[in-house]
Amino acid sequence: MRRESLNVAGSEAVGPYTLLRLERGALEPGIPGQFFMLHPPGHVLPRPMSLCSAPEGQLTFLIDAIGSGTRALAALRAGERIFVLGPLGNGYDLDSDRPLLVGGGIGVAPFPYLSERLGAPPALLGFRSDWHAEAAELVPNSEVVIDPVLVTEPLEKVAQSHNVFACGPEPMLRAVQAVAPDAQLAWEAPMACGFGACYGCAVEIGGELKRLCIEGPVLGRRVRARAGAGA
Amino acid sequence: MRILNASGCLDALTAPDVARSLDAFVSKTITPLPREGNPPERIAETDVGMLNSIGLANPGSDRFLADHLPRLESLGVPLWVSVGGFAAADYAETCAALADVAAIELNLSCPNVDEAPESAAEIVAACRAATPLPLYAKLSPAAWDIAEVARAVEAAGADGLSLVNTIRGLVLDDRTLRPRLERGAGGYSGPPLKPIALAAVHACHRATSLPIVGMGGVSTGRDALDLIACGATHVALGTVLFGDPDAPERIRSELAAEAAAYGFAAPAEARGIAHETVVVTANTDARPDQKSLVIGKNLDA
Repeated sequence: MRRESLNVAGSEAVGPYTLLRLERGALEPGIPGQFFMLHPPGHVLPRPMSLCSAPEGQLTFLIDAIGSGTRALAALRAGERIFVLGPLGNGYDLDSDRPLLVGGGIGVAPFPYLSERLGAPPALLGFRSDWHAEAAELVPNSEVVIDPVLVTEPLEKVAQSHNVFACGPEPMLRAVQAVAPDAQLAWEAPMACGFGACYGCAVEIGGELKRLCIEGPVLGRRVRARAGAGA
Repeated sequence: MRILNASGCLDALTAPDVARSLDAFVSKTITPLPREGNPPERIAETDVGMLNSIGLANPGSDRFLADHLPRLESLGVPLWVSVGGFAAADYAETCAALADVAAIELNLSCPNVDEAPESAAEIVAACRAATPLPLYAKLSPAAWDIAEVARAVEAAGADGLSLVNTIRGLVLDDRTLRPRLERGAGGYSGPPLKPIALAAVHACHRATSLPIVGMGGVSTGRDALDLIACGATHVALGTVLFGDPDAPERIRSELAAEAAAYGFAAPAEARGIAHETVVVTANTDARPDQKSLVIGKNLDA
């Protein structure tokens, strides 16, 4: 666990999202599905973000600016600095013969790095509009569906013959789990710290409230009972 | 002068290096029976602070003593155990089971659970009868007259005070105008708690002769110095640890520099200075890098 002040290399719009590029300093990119705590300037708490990609010397994060913290992250400009802690939590188990990535919306955030580490496997990505679907350009070999078509529709035909790696909103994860019970799912919860101190990210895992930052965020066949609204 | 964590703001088992950077580690509050804690959402950032509604999630005293305590002891950091309950007998039972820890902090002030029916002093008295270990009473800043509570727990046998716990607050979701936290209200912490903590420490230092662990909104060495000046013997870090696990080392060095800038050889020398009469001097000799020292203590310097 390492915290550093990183230099912002720049940012670019990807549909409605912002791809934030940071010079990585001495921080390791970690395992796909692990996350980092990014501390927005002027805020008391950092925000958990999974690593999007790890180009030479950089760490990138795909930001959906839905609240004041994520807006502050998306507004960062080249030359500004930001404190980053990580990598944290448990990422995906990459040992897979036939990986298939299944993501929805901002849930595609960890897929560029995951895809790179898995050798560009096929990906099924769902978005609510063509504009949001611009994020699919970050993920090689991706097939896109747009709402009201859901990713589970094409997934049903191929789930049995693949190892599913999923990330997205909780209803999507539940639907994916129904089709592919052995899928590895990356969950989300509000976190104050990311390293087990605050107990804020407790979610029901296997019938017990446990800290997602310690147990996850990638979980296997265990079940989470209740959604976090996020902010 | 020691730097501790505020109870519930650090898990020494998941972040042992952070715990080792403290002078003592304070456990999360332990109750006789295990508690899963409150349902999510449990945390929410506010404009200038944060709310939590964890609800004393803990493994219960049996499992804590058998499983967690030995692992905490192996870290080599002096250990304070925070004890909670829903009746004086709960507190006393856990206190009686503890041995070989540096101190016990009685959580008499969790804003996220229903309170015990007994007064703080009755709970302290029950625990005093149950253990010879140092007992620190952690009080709520919501008390109408916290100095009165402090005097009562001192008379009941407390060895020290921990000031303050969070204070109840509520925040609404922008989109729904409904509470962000599942339970509605939660404990408010972060920078806005500092003036409240300073007032509590100031009042209790005047009212009792007990050592005080000051906490509430500390994010810099200057914040820590302010608490010490009001009467804190030690300082605990809470919300700042969530965003900055390196805070203990940073605040320790900032505190030393701040104290030195005011002419104190060590931070502990500043204890209670806020209670001394201010003597105004012309201070014409002050160097630009010196704080403007007009406090009585430094007139001879």
